[in-house]
Amino acid sequence: MCGIVGLLAKTNATRSQLGSLVTPMLVCMGTRGSDSAGLAFFLDPLDAPQRRFGLFCRNRGFDWQTLLDEFRQGTGGDGAIQAVTNHATVISSITPADFKAWLQRTYSDVHLISVGRAIEMYKDEGPPGELAERFRFTGRSGTHAVGHTRMATESAVSPAHAHPYTAGEDFCLVHNGSLSNPYSVRRKLERRGITFETDNDTEAGCRFLEWRMREGDTLEQAIETSFSELDGFFTFLMATADRMVLVRDAFACKPAVVAETDAYVAVASEFRSLAPLPGIKSARVFEPAPQQIYSWTV
Amino acid sequence: MDRVKQLDLSQLSVREANQYLHQELPGSGIGCVEILNPDGSHSIAAGLDCDAQIDIRGHAGYFIAGMNQRASVTVHGNVGWSVGENIMSGTVRVKGHASESAGASGRGGLVVIEGDASSRCGISMKGCDIVVGGSVGHFSAFMAQAGTLVVCGDAGPNLGDSLYEATIYVRGRVHSLGADAQEEPMQPADRDRVSRLLAAAEIGCDAGEFHRIASARTLYHWNADARQEY
Repeated sequence: MCGIVGLLAKTNATRSQLGSLVTPMLVCMGTRGSDSAGLAFFLDPLDAPQRRFGLFCRNRGFDWQTLLDEFRQGTGGDGAIQAVTNHATVISSITPADFKAWLQRTYSDVHLISVGRAIEMYKDEGPPGELAERFRFTGRSGTHAVGHTRMATESAVSPAHAHPYTAGEDFCLVHNGSLSNPYSVRRKLERRGITFETDNDTEAGCRFLEWRMREGDTLEQAIETSFSELDGFFTFLMATADRMVLVRDAFACKPAVVAETDAYVAVASEFRSLAPLPGIKSARVFEPAPQQIYSWTV
Repeated sequence: MDRVKQLDLSQLSVREANQYLHQELPGSGIGCVEILNPDGSHSIAAGLDCDAQIDIRGHAGYFIAGMNQRASVTVHGNVGWSVGENIMSGTVRVKGHASESAGASGRGGLVVIEGDASSRCGISMKGCDIVVGGSVGHFSAFMAQAGTLVVCGDAGPNLGDSLYEATIYVRGRVHSLGADAQEEPMQPADRDRVSRLLAAAEIGCDAGEFHRIASARTLYHWNADARQEY
């Protein structure tokens, strides 16, 4: 098992409460898996050329200010940093390629886990309640958020194996299920120069979809292609800068439930996770059908 | 049997509520129990064995009223997976929609889903009756051995795959039949059976509008000539 949650705010009031609403959803789904967890918030996009670079380091006492100083000196680029224990977001107008090259040269123990104008990512080993406290999820705001609680079944428990997975910019995916052909998908992508950071099946699915979008597919077209290319079980919940997208495989043996009101769209593996949301008793609650793509725009 | 007891799951755990239903309710003279604030909790009213009416007020989770005997359990909302799983007798009614595997492996009694039931409804049912007011999802009545599944709406892909001796009646469109399931002519006895179940389920449909689906029984015996090509 694993748990997935997602919340897209339809009103400014819900945006300001996004963290406090989505955190209990995530913590509740800890009963479906609690070896690792993660939550990606999407904020109002920064103006070009600025981007948010999400960083992770195992060391919870890491000196992020020194990293920022070295970044400015080493690249001559602008930058600001928001850090919370072993995660940080650097805001800078440097290109992703230059940022990545600088990071690899300078810090082998700091990992770039997300890039984009809107995304801000937190994921690590540990139960969701512990992460929520450490990363102060309840105080955060944003347009939408997707999260995951993991019970590892096919690859190791590590911060890098925690969901959400990201690929490209402002795209992330959480997965409940298991893919049975991740290695063949991976070999196909590696031949095209796409590199992987873990041996996890979800990473193959995430990079496959992002590759299709870079090749010109819409996310919907990429998902349609995945129905024949990805073998296995999945409920995928994805987010881009302005959308939250949900899809289940043809067998639909991995659960999902959706609740929609005038204030939000909420998705979770189980209704329990949605029960504390305001207005839930009058929400439109439904189970997503197999191989049907559900998309909500900010 | 008219006395009513309320159990509030915002104050009690499911375990405490179920312990009351199992141990204190039988013989107490209380005929009706209302369960408040289910909030998607799992296994509420599972394993009952008494004559009582249980009303669950709100959406509930997985395995609601599983293994039910004699009791009449009504959920005033939606349910998650496997409502009325392995029901033995009595009635389990869902006023809203049900997720996967409603009435799975039930041996007796009646499961009523007034809304839609999703995939694998009545999987491996062994003698219970299931009436669905709306539609059912894919692989419903998969390997169903005995009993009756009545679907007032449509049925999804692979209906009745690997069916044994359960009978399926569908009023609407069947997306596709599973392996070894076939449509058969409705006989007067079929109409009587559907009428009786619709009345028991308190769902107003015309029994004459249903189609009968049953096993072609070609998978009952190993066919050495098939060369594993099924």
